[in-house]
Amino acid sequence: MSTIETTTEIVREERPRTQHFMGRLLRKPVALVAIGYLVLIIVLCLGAPIVSKYDPLVQDLYTIQSLPTGDHWLGTDALGRDVVSRLLYGGLVSLYGVGLALVVFAVVGISIGLLAGYTGGLVDRIISTTIEIVLSIPHLVIILAVLAIFGTGMTAPMITLGILACGGLARIVRANTVAAREELYVGAAKVSGLGSGRIIFRHILPNLTGPIIVQLSLFAGNALATQAGLAFLSLGVQPPDPSWGGMVGEASQVILQFPWLLVPSGGIIALTMIAFGLLGDAAREASFETHQRSAGIAVRHKIAPAGDGSAASSSGEDILSVDGLNISFQEAKEIKEIVKDISFAIRPGEIVGLVGESGSGKTVTGLALLDLLPANALVTAKASWFKNVNLQNPAEIKKIRGKGIAMIWQEPMVSLDPVFTVGSQLGEVIKLHNRQLSKAQVRQRAVELLKSVKIKEPEKVLKQFPHQLSGGMAQRVVIAQALAGDPELLIADEPTTALDVTVQADILDLLRDIRRERNMAILLITHDFGVVADLCDSVLVMRYGQIVERGEVVKLFTMPQHDYTRSLLAATPSLVKGTL
Amino acid sequence: MLSIIVRRLAISIVLILVVTFLTYLLQSFLPGDAARAMLGLTGSPDQYQAMRKALHLDEPLIVQYWLYLAGLLRFDLGNSIFTQEPVAHSLAVRSQVSASLVVGTTLVATLLGVGLGMLSVLRGGIIAKILDVFALIAWATPGFWLALLLTTAFSVAIPIFPAIGYIDFEKDLGGWAKSLVLPVAAMSVGGIAAIARITRESMSRELEKEYIRTLRASGVGTGSLVWKHALKNAGLTIITVIGLVFIGSMLGTIFIEQVFALPGLGSLLIDATRLHDIPVIQGVALAFTLTVVVVNLLVDLSYTWLNPKVRTS
Repeated sequence: MSTIETTTEIVREERPRTQHFMGRLLRKPVALVAIGYLVLIIVLCLGAPIVSKYDPLVQDLYTIQSLPTGDHWLGTDALGRDVVSRLLYGGLVSLYGVGLALVVFAVVGISIGLLAGYTGGLVDRIISTTIEIVLSIPHLVIILAVLAIFGTGMTAPMITLGILACGGLARIVRANTVAAREELYVGAAKVSGLGSGRIIFRHILPNLTGPIIVQLSLFAGNALATQAGLAFLSLGVQPPDPSWGGMVGEASQVILQFPWLLVPSGGIIALTMIAFGLLGDAAREASFETHQRSAGIAVRHKIAPAGDGSAASSSGEDILSVDGLNISFQEAKEIKEIVKDISFAIRPGEIVGLVGESGSGKTVTGLALLDLLPANALVTAKASWFKNVNLQNPAEIKKIRGKGIAMIWQEPMVSLDPVFTVGSQLGEVIKLHNRQLSKAQVRQRAVELLKSVKIKEPEKVLKQFPHQLSGGMAQRVVIAQALAGDPELLIADEPTTALDVTVQADILDLLRDIRRERNMAILLITHDFGVVADLCDSVLVMRYGQIVERGEVVKLFTMPQHDYTRSLLAATPSLVKGTL
Repeated sequence: MLSIIVRRLAISIVLILVVTFLTYLLQSFLPGDAARAMLGLTGSPDQYQAMRKALHLDEPLIVQYWLYLAGLLRFDLGNSIFTQEPVAHSLAVRSQVSASLVVGTTLVATLLGVGLGMLSVLRGGIIAKILDVFALIAWATPGFWLALLLTTAFSVAIPIFPAIGYIDFEKDLGGWAKSLVLPVAAMSVGGIAAIARITRESMSRELEKEYIRTLRASGVGTGSLVWKHALKNAGLTIITVIGLVFIGSMLGTIFIEQVFALPGLGSLLIDATRLHDIPVIQGVALAFTLTVVVVNLLVDLSYTWLNPKVRTS
């Protein structure tokens, strides 16, 4: 059996590679600016006695409430004290509180998370439940109670904050530890006899750097907000000692006479919070390779004609005719060609198999016909017609979805809306195609449709939710929904792949019956030549986005022309014995 | 379904016990005791001993805690050390202000947050970017500072709204609404950003799902896909965040009521903290914890309403 290379997948999921996390983080300009700002603030505050020529407590009653001047860069307060000097000295108090809370948060949170994730079992359950309870405690109330008991000083309240909030970090560390424990490399490390400590510090923790930095940044911001809030209420820091929150409080005393004081005091809190927030966002981006996928609702690329676009409608006999279809995807800055210049046609009542390995472009082809590709897809064709409907016009396609062409997919369980009953979503589609029907008639039609896909108790199934159905039942419901608009062409993308073997045959039988009863054409997308042999009249073999061979089923199976077709046939065991 | 509610109730009871015990335990660290604080410096040793006995301070801590819990069941939360007023009464009087603020904030944040989030889902592009910047600034702006900025703008520079004070809504409905505008505005900005962001994220996630594609392939239009199918599925996540915004704004009243001199639970708590008035702190802690319990329960119940998997399991 020859190996079959797969071409690029449409959506590329990259595993977070956290070894290089710090490198990626430091390459982000936003992260550098945030870190630079925070370092600058810390250095300036620590060096306050050198940097500032003013004492933060010395009053100068001759220059009170001064706006920024050359001597006082941010002005003076109601008692003539230099605002810059008070910000720098006050910053020490704020940064001490944030730093303390941060250390407690990190040490306790990471330890508990590692313990729960690495040990598992009962310990894990006890820790997880405890975290749930502690995170529900209104933190601020406990912090105020602590302040009421221990009086002044930021030490006790900030330690309390760190302990009460660290459950959030512990949860994330736990989840990542559980995931890492199941990874191959940790298993390998265990087998090779490494101790728990080495495994944790060499293999698990380095991979957690990203998520931990995210949590630490956001918590630092929240800790600063709490610390500043307490200081604003003159709790924890006593006037006249400066602190950022306390300076907002002082500003509020003179808000009528000198509102300027609000700007530097609150401004530095907000700026520092923004730095923490930006650092957290950058760390989140750096720890996961995010790919941009749009919802596909907002922007649509038009299907542009590549040729003269003036070709007539599909020739009398064919229900669908596609000529020179190209599909490519815009990813980051490169354009990936997925489907290259394919042409095919389908006659009424014909079942055409579109066969190929995953990544060959067959699914994308089906989606393109109904304009269901994500927004970064670029579709062009010389001509593309469904009867007399131009498939290069999205507005036209809208009108035939479900009515002219319907489509079903591989995973029936996720193809149904989980929060509506079968009756509700089926009814919505029926009503859509037959606006004049009354509620009772819609229901009647739903029952008929379910009966037509051989569902035994249609009344009962109508009341059920998707998760209450088996895979085979769900696929029948999906098919019933596809039939609701009496389509003339059904695109079935791997309709049986996700189902049990016994159910697969039933669904194929059903598709055959539907074709016979309704003379409905089917474009059957599959990788399975067994299914093709079972159901199709003709076949298109697709590889690397091109159709490499086409023909009637019997002819193609008995005399395959292309090497690729031969290798696919050889790889289908059920055919080797000669079912044909 | 039932098991989720039972679990939530069990956790709630433990939560209430933990919070009441923590606040009770803390007072044993306080130098002196309630009897001394109530009598002041003038009380004789005999009076002091009698007062200790009356307050059960001569019993072991765990017995005192038990008596406190027994009192809770009779709505007896003890008396304030300073005003001697029953704590339960203070809570009842003060809660109208805080409830007005918190409910108002949650409503405003939900309406504007969901609206903004949906707008950014539907329009995408520039609006989504603006929303990101707004969310960061909203998170970074302390509520009490924003409140002061709003006061400077809308009651000092342009005097439209009162800078401080609360007006009972039974007395003057218009005045009541006016007295709430600035505090609610200051408190809801963060919530609007949080709800808008989660609305956009969860909606975008839902709109990429296969059931949406299937419905679209069946001819269902964008309106129904967005506003009916995706929104109901995203609702689970959005409601969770609305619950968090409710709890967050309840804690926000602690700062905001100080700025606007509103006589609510938040300012009651701050006054009690300054005066070391432990019974009052315990009472407010209990009131806040009970609110958390009720909000969590409502969020759970909404899950069962929105998610049939929970309902039928």
